[in-house]
Amino acid sequence: MQRIGVFVCHCGTNIAATVDVKAVAEALGHEPGVVISQDYQYMCSESGQNLVKDAIKEHDLGGVVICSCSPRMHENTFRKAAASAGLNPYLVEIANIREQCSWIHKDIATATEKAIILGKAAIAKVHLNTPLTSMESPVVKRALVIGGGIAGIQTALDIAEAGFDVDIVEKQPTIGGKMAQIDKTFPTLDCAACILTPKMVEASQNEHITIHSFSEVEDVKGFVGNFTVKIRKKARYVDETKCTGCGLCTEKCPMKKVPNEFNMGLDNRSAVYIPFAQAVPKVATIDPNYCMMLKNGKCGVCSKVCSVGAIDYKQQDRIIEEKYGAIVVATGFNPIKLDKYDEFAYNQCPDVVTSLELERLMNAAGPNGGTLLRPSDKTHPHTIVFVQCVGSRCDDSKGKPYCSKICCMYTAKHAMLIREKYPDTEVYVFYIDVRTPGKNFDEFYRRAVEQYNVHYIKGMVGKVTPKSDGKIGVQASDLLSNEQLHIDADMVVLAVAIEPDKTARPLATMLTTQMDTNDFFTEAHPKLRPVESATAGIFLSGACQGPKDIPETVAQGSAAAAKAIGLLCKNSITCNPCTAHSNELMCNGCSSCEKVCPYGAITYIDKEFRMPDRTTAIRRVASVNPAVCQGCGACTVACPSGAMDLSGFSNSQIMAEVDAICK
Amino acid sequence: MNKNLKEQVLRSSGVNVLKCMRCGKCSGTCPSYDEMEYHPHQFVYMVEKGDIETLMKSESIYKCLTCFACVDRCPRGVQPAKVVEAVRLAAIRQQDGNHLSPDQIPSLLDEDLPQQAIVTAMRKYAK
Repeated sequence: MQRIGVFVCHCGTNIAATVDVKAVAEALGHEPGVVISQDYQYMCSESGQNLVKDAIKEHDLGGVVICSCSPRMHENTFRKAAASAGLNPYLVEIANIREQCSWIHKDIATATEKAIILGKAAIAKVHLNTPLTSMESPVVKRALVIGGGIAGIQTALDIAEAGFDVDIVEKQPTIGGKMAQIDKTFPTLDCAACILTPKMVEASQNEHITIHSFSEVEDVKGFVGNFTVKIRKKARYVDETKCTGCGLCTEKCPMKKVPNEFNMGLDNRSAVYIPFAQAVPKVATIDPNYCMMLKNGKCGVCSKVCSVGAIDYKQQDRIIEEKYGAIVVATGFNPIKLDKYDEFAYNQCPDVVTSLELERLMNAAGPNGGTLLRPSDKTHPHTIVFVQCVGSRCDDSKGKPYCSKICCMYTAKHAMLIREKYPDTEVYVFYIDVRTPGKNFDEFYRRAVEQYNVHYIKGMVGKVTPKSDGKIGVQASDLLSNEQLHIDADMVVLAVAIEPDKTARPLATMLTTQMDTNDFFTEAHPKLRPVESATAGIFLSGACQGPKDIPETVAQGSAAAAKAIGLLCKNSITCNPCTAHSNELMCNGCSSCEKVCPYGAITYIDKEFRMPDRTTAIRRVASVNPAVCQGCGACTVACPSGAMDLSGFSNSQIMAEVDAICK
Repeated sequence: MNKNLKEQVLRSSGVNVLKCMRCGKCSGTCPSYDEMEYHPHQFVYMVEKGDIETLMKSESIYKCLTCFACVDRCPRGVQPAKVVEAVRLAAIRQQDGNHLSPDQIPSLLDEDLPQQAIVTAMRKYAK
């Protein structure tokens, strides 16, 4: 029988208002093995911790039960306190009487009864606790950044600045991401390319940064400090080491009818292409869906004109394997598809465009060389209608329930730029709410109204109808003057909701990180750990975690880098000692545990066992690598013979808890 | 504000008016907008405020075509047309509010009206 100390926390009134803490301490004091039971206002405070430490020494405690908040909150605090008093930290158990009791109950009598039961369960468990010792595992001093947009670039630059090697994996042929497609940035209206491309060049020239462009993460194994990642380097049919980016092949390529994704399909490119002039790496890529040589073996022009012999039609996808200590996810966003929004006529009329398409239409490197022309007939639009919140803030199956955050500001920017460049153009913005929190943001929006005379009208556009004379009928309600408006527009611009990139969900599965229902990565704590995922060693950067504008993305990119650097600075990290182990005498070698292990920690070995009559037999048994095991417990549930057990959460401990609750 | 009426309209329509975010897309898309005194978005807001008697007296409830464009396009799934329908029903089902007394009949008569209709109306609406 252990000598156990019980400590019941009031948590101010968080617990004490609904749970009679004195009664809990009194009741638990009578449990077998309990030698001291007391309550205190704030157990996690310095003096509260001292109470625990003193009791451990004074009463020679062999186990401690703290009835307080969730172990996610303060388990570590109390483990440290116990360790400093000479008690093995794994002999401390937390009974969660706040989140699982006081916060969810209203009746004092029931809540108190439940708190006592939770306390008894923890006492039953702590009787069976054994001292555990943490192991150390080395940290690979190299980071992986998945995604080469502004978020990934910023993170990589900051990690490299600290002197660590960092790899960027980008699925497109060039880094730069969405920011490379944007014309100007709010609220300063400086040119996006002018501030982004120097960073892209800096990343490519940094000796610590390796860019794997046109590559995707294929598989992730391992754990914090020691990830093994397989990267698929997709065949671009051009030897990256030889190509100088001269662009001759792209000029001579006879296949010129390929929709140019960099310009949002508003113009065409050739089958062999460099996405844009400042691409990094500036290397050509052949599109196998359109290349006539790759499709039916007839052409070969690019190979003939290439003076360095970089074209290689036989190139295959290559898979490389690298080891990393930390992984930063920066997979970014995309505008949603508008197939379900027939009322905006996006699929019927080329002059109804998305905001990202407008960026390209206005960009000097865009399809019209920077002159704003209607895509249909290349004439100047004189009336332009902007529609906000298209697909954002939707509670239906068509759109997204969240606010996409960036649309109010970029629409104000578009409206202002158009009024500045083409003062004869009337610009209407239909809004539901104008949301402009941010430094100099509201001033920016007010400038659009006051200085540039953009017509802001409260009310969502109800219907967009293309007319036979080339105009676009826009019908909307002006909610403030309570009248119906019918505007004949030349162009309609839709501020489309943004969603996480489609690759994020399979990536989250590989990384065993959590996502919300919208496929945004979930941070470890919404306020206090915003750039870490709940999985150790995986960090989040940019819009993959939630809608963000450029300044916020850069700030989060740097924050994620700081967290990754903090990890990479360590030579070794302490492993969780609560790992699985197999009872070899009971293991029947069925491989159930190996199949469910998400970390690949279980292997099977052939082991010699002594049998009756001095014989031996070789049996196949499970073996757990404790450095890889994260203690999730999936194997203990899957094991049909009960051979798998988890230190710190053994089957007998869990059953003891259940018994204590059901008694 | 008539709480019972509000409750009746909410229940018979099955609509949660609190989901409305006041975007006005329902009115923006409404083909009968110009015919209506109160527009679809006002219906939702006035029902939320409990100002239903005003709506019941308005011609607007008979101008809604029940084309369901507002229901289809509402980003919040509020279903304004169902609110209009519920107010219309509330007006029709109003107790004691639409009875005929024999004295009223002469002024309502016209020569094309079948005798049968007058008898039926008396049966249906007289106390």
